[in-house]
Amino acid sequence: MISRNRYRVQRIGFALLTLAALTVVLPILFVVGAIVARGIGAISWEFLTAMPGNGMKAGGIFPAIVGTLLLTLGTALAAIPVGVAGAIYLAEYARDNRLTRAIRLAIVNLAGIPSVVYGLFGVGLFVLFLRFGTSILAGSLTLAIMTLPVIISTAEEALRAVPVEFRTVSASLGGTRWQGIRNIVLPQALPGIITGIILGLLRAAVETAPILFTVAAFFLPRLPHSPLDQTMALPYHLYVISTQVPGMPLEIQYGTALVLLALVLSMNVVATMIRSYFRRKRQW
Amino acid sequence: MSKTTPIRRTEFIVEAFIRVMGFSTIGFVLLIFLFLLREGVPTFFEVPLDNLFGTRWYPTFGLFGTLPLILGSLLVTITAIVIALPLGVATAVFVREVAPHWAREILKPMIEVLAGIPSVVLGFFGMTLVAPLVRDALGAPTGLTAFTGALILAYMALPTIISVAEDALDAVPKSYRDAGLAMGATQWQTIWRVVVPAARSGILTAVMLGMGRAIGETMAVMMVTGNAARMPLSLDSFFRPIRTMTATIAAEMGEVAQGSTHYHALFGIGIVLFVVTFIINLAAASTMFQKRRRGGLR
Repeated sequence: MISRNRYRVQRIGFALLTLAALTVVLPILFVVGAIVARGIGAISWEFLTAMPGNGMKAGGIFPAIVGTLLLTLGTALAAIPVGVAGAIYLAEYARDNRLTRAIRLAIVNLAGIPSVVYGLFGVGLFVLFLRFGTSILAGSLTLAIMTLPVIISTAEEALRAVPVEFRTVSASLGGTRWQGIRNIVLPQALPGIITGIILGLLRAAVETAPILFTVAAFFLPRLPHSPLDQTMALPYHLYVISTQVPGMPLEIQYGTALVLLALVLSMNVVATMIRSYFRRKRQW
Repeated sequence: MSKTTPIRRTEFIVEAFIRVMGFSTIGFVLLIFLFLLREGVPTFFEVPLDNLFGTRWYPTFGLFGTLPLILGSLLVTITAIVIALPLGVATAVFVREVAPHWAREILKPMIEVLAGIPSVVLGFFGMTLVAPLVRDALGAPTGLTAFTGALILAYMALPTIISVAEDALDAVPKSYRDAGLAMGATQWQTIWRVVVPAARSGILTAVMLGMGRAIGETMAVMMVTGNAARMPLSLDSFFRPIRTMTATIAAEMGEVAQGSTHYHALFGIGIVLFVVTFIINLAAASTMFQKRRRGGLR
């Protein structure tokens, strides 16, 4: 009798756990489904490649797409060398001492700083102090610092996953530490590092708060001319057309959200595929 | 000999670069703090303290009371965690302990998708689809409320909470589970009385990181909470518009004149956010480092 009771409790418990998991997952399906269903009608070749017209109520989102690509490129140029070198330092050079702990703490904190605070910092340092103005340059550098913790932690993990023996063999053949890293460890860790870079850049590409006051142009129906130019950007554009422009056709709003969502999901899939492809290929 | 020298030199340069980049993150944290201080500290000289900690935020009238913003952030964050904690831990337990393999293979990528959805897209979704539901359910004049914000925030904090809690459950040795089952406990009793308690400090870390994520979230919160800077003191504040610290910065920074008191005050709020998230992450990190030192468990 008691034992039957215990299993009834277990059944109820497991049912509750399943319910919780469904409560988490179903809204995700709903979000993605709703945005796809309502936005797909807006997507056309013209929507993706035309300038916005009629106060953004017609035409396309081309300058916003290009702006986001340029910002991501700028972020990549700044963040990849710093991030990968930082990861190499932590994985290959750093000893377990106070300084290293301070670096790890700094990374945890960089990862935790609110995105809007990065925006403030970008205004203070890049826009005003260094006089870059509201520009692609200022925005890219702000986003790059925000992206660093993601790139450093994933790249470090990828480097650490390479077995120690690879390094010892390289050293036993007379290679210096850097030669071992460059010729043996880095190539082996590269897929993991690339995955980390994609995920980090993706995070930067879809952020709005850091670019609110460092780059974003409310409405600029042309392409930027130089890194010191302002630009429109996809996430900011979605914010603008959904909150700042009265009478905006809903379909264009959903269409823009769908483009943003598609960008994220497709790049996520690419990152996962790179990782699993090389994981299958590697021999250790 | 003549051949090794240039190699040595490039090597020296490369290794120096790597070292400098390794330390750079400390420099960036300091730089961020420095520039927040530089632009934010003047607030404390320009605005009397009783004004700064007053209950009214009307910058155009020289009123910089940050209390409604701080309480707004707290209300939304805490409500979000109250929603996300049980859901997140239960989902982590389900994924790690109960779910069949195929369910796990579906759940984990779905949660990654959630983590990847841009804040502004979730905000847009909340505005156009969740807020009307909340409005109709409550019969309130608007669906843009603290509760709507907390709901969206809870889902934004969930991926963090789930993945950290899952790691914590993973760190509980299999022998604990075996011992529980061998004592005649059901699987449920083992999970509930042995595994989850053993993972509690990891779960605490999960909550802290989720909180850090929630309190710093900007776009989604700004789009769904209605942004009215009023004191959330009565119970019905849940179902009324509210304004957070992050939303205030994001909404007003674009319009202020550089160097004005209002401009300094927004940086002042930035300092508060920086310090709060710094402390939360420090606490979370220290439990993580402790765990590592003690060798995996607890």
